[in-house]
Amino acid sequence: MTLHALWVAFVTIVVREVRRFTRIWAQTLLPPAVTMTLYFIIFGNLIGSRIGEMGGYDYMQFIVPGLIMMAVITNSYGNVVSSFFSMKFQRSIEELLVSPVPNWTILAGYVAGGMARGLSIGLIVTLLSLAFTRLSIHNLPMVVITVFLTSALFSLGGFINAMLATKFDDISIVPTFILTPLTYLGGVFYSIQMLPEFWQGVSMVNPILYMVNGFRYGILGVSDVNPFVSLGMILVFIVLLAAIALRMLARGKGIRH
Amino acid sequence: MTCALEIKGLHKSYGDGFKALKGIDLHVNEGDFFALLGPNGAGKSTTLGIVSSLVNKSGGTVKVFGHDIDTDLAGAKLNLGVVPQEFNFNQFEKVFDIVTTQAGYYGIPLKQSRVSAEKYLKKLGLWDKRNTPARMLSGGMKRRLMIARALVHEPRLLILDEPTAGVDIELRRSMWQFLEEMNRQGTTIILTTHYLEEAEALCRNIAIIDHGEIIRHTSKRELLQQLSVETFVLDTEQELPAAPELEGYRCTLNGEGALEVDVTKGQGLNPLFVELEKQGIKVLSMRTKANRLEELFVRMVEDNARENAKGEGRV
Repeated sequence: MTLHALWVAFVTIVVREVRRFTRIWAQTLLPPAVTMTLYFIIFGNLIGSRIGEMGGYDYMQFIVPGLIMMAVITNSYGNVVSSFFSMKFQRSIEELLVSPVPNWTILAGYVAGGMARGLSIGLIVTLLSLAFTRLSIHNLPMVVITVFLTSALFSLGGFINAMLATKFDDISIVPTFILTPLTYLGGVFYSIQMLPEFWQGVSMVNPILYMVNGFRYGILGVSDVNPFVSLGMILVFIVLLAAIALRMLARGKGIRH
Repeated sequence: MTCALEIKGLHKSYGDGFKALKGIDLHVNEGDFFALLGPNGAGKSTTLGIVSSLVNKSGGTVKVFGHDIDTDLAGAKLNLGVVPQEFNFNQFEKVFDIVTTQAGYYGIPLKQSRVSAEKYLKKLGLWDKRNTPARMLSGGMKRRLMIARALVHEPRLLILDEPTAGVDIELRRSMWQFLEEMNRQGTTIILTTHYLEEAEALCRNIAIIDHGEIIRHTSKRELLQQLSVETFVLDTEQELPAAPELEGYRCTLNGEGALEVDVTKGQGLNPLFVELEKQGIKVLSMRTKANRLEELFVRMVEDNARENAKGEGRV
């Protein structure tokens, strides 16, 4: 395929993904907006006013970057895992498999689709947060790079989960039992400085902690970890997961007999 | 002549040791209308699955218009359109989107893909349904949608796996006409079907596969010449009380009261009519019984099953 044909194929996959999640907006775009608004009201306003300051900022300001990141992570992952698994389930994945689109273009298309949803939700949550607090950006490039790379990373994670899944239960196991606990324990609602030393050490092996703090650094200028270490970690994981996903595609894991 | 599909020594084994294909060879020329026939589980869909890269092969080579799927898979795929046996599109997407999206996967820009989608949706009588979600279509429409989708990138080789399964007679005939027109315009067509009448009506060359092996690969004409006896059904003016005695011919009355006459190869029909005339039986119309290919097919598959049983020592 020529470079132009590859571009057309990539755009086709992305457009189809965007069409999918916007067609079912009541399942994809609305719920995170409602959930995050509840978080802002309950944790930010009601409970947050009694907590006072954290990391030098009032509690609402402190949790906003974490909540935005949480929405980006779960939606990037959720978009790819549900879309790709549905295609496997309905066998419409065969439309792609019989076509000359190379595997890396398929992967890039799905990741871009997941990012489109993750970042759209991130934007919606950010706009909603402005109704509750004031956001000032400390380091714009850090904000943009961290959120883009995190979204890409979790889209890749969703893709691998969908490749391995054989039934619908399999696509909810990772989000429920791994992603959600890691996100909640990843410093969204608290600074790990509050934890005893042992649990601070345990928290440091949670990759989501680095993403949340990298993003928080970009917005507030405060972080529990070095933001550049965060970026490095995300990049390493992206390369690793992309390699795994491409290998699975090449072997036809779960999609070819 | 250019070879549209060339398969050599194709093997497919599964993890449990089951051998779906045992080294098949197949050769389909450009412009051919080719039927791959065989009973359920014979290996037809596995063969076509490997050609369209939905199934990984265990051995052998496959070339589509000279493009080896091991070394130039994209080249092979660009020349290939596939209509699978089961519906495999997103049921929630609109008809037009399904076809244009498929074109996009082949790198065809949206403007061009819209023109091509319109052309094939119109040809297949689906243009009025272009904005309908696929799940709202009837079974026959869904089959036609898969044909439109397979043709949107104008492939030189079209593979159809049971394209008319579950389709009513009228629609089946119109699909035949469409496929014949595509073939006349130069598209090479390979189909699998359980309706042997379909293969007899459409195809020029035939391969019969059974237990993962090609047991016959020849022209339809040559295959049909092997039939030594052909049965004709004669509708008579008067209802016959019993089958008449006709010298040299075996006659029976079928359940509808029509006369069935077995005619041996080379025997001819003239003496039959002389005999009928002698007995004062007036014939109103005549047709061949069922389809001849079906008869041959059943015989070949049964012979092959007997051979296999002998080989395994359980005659």
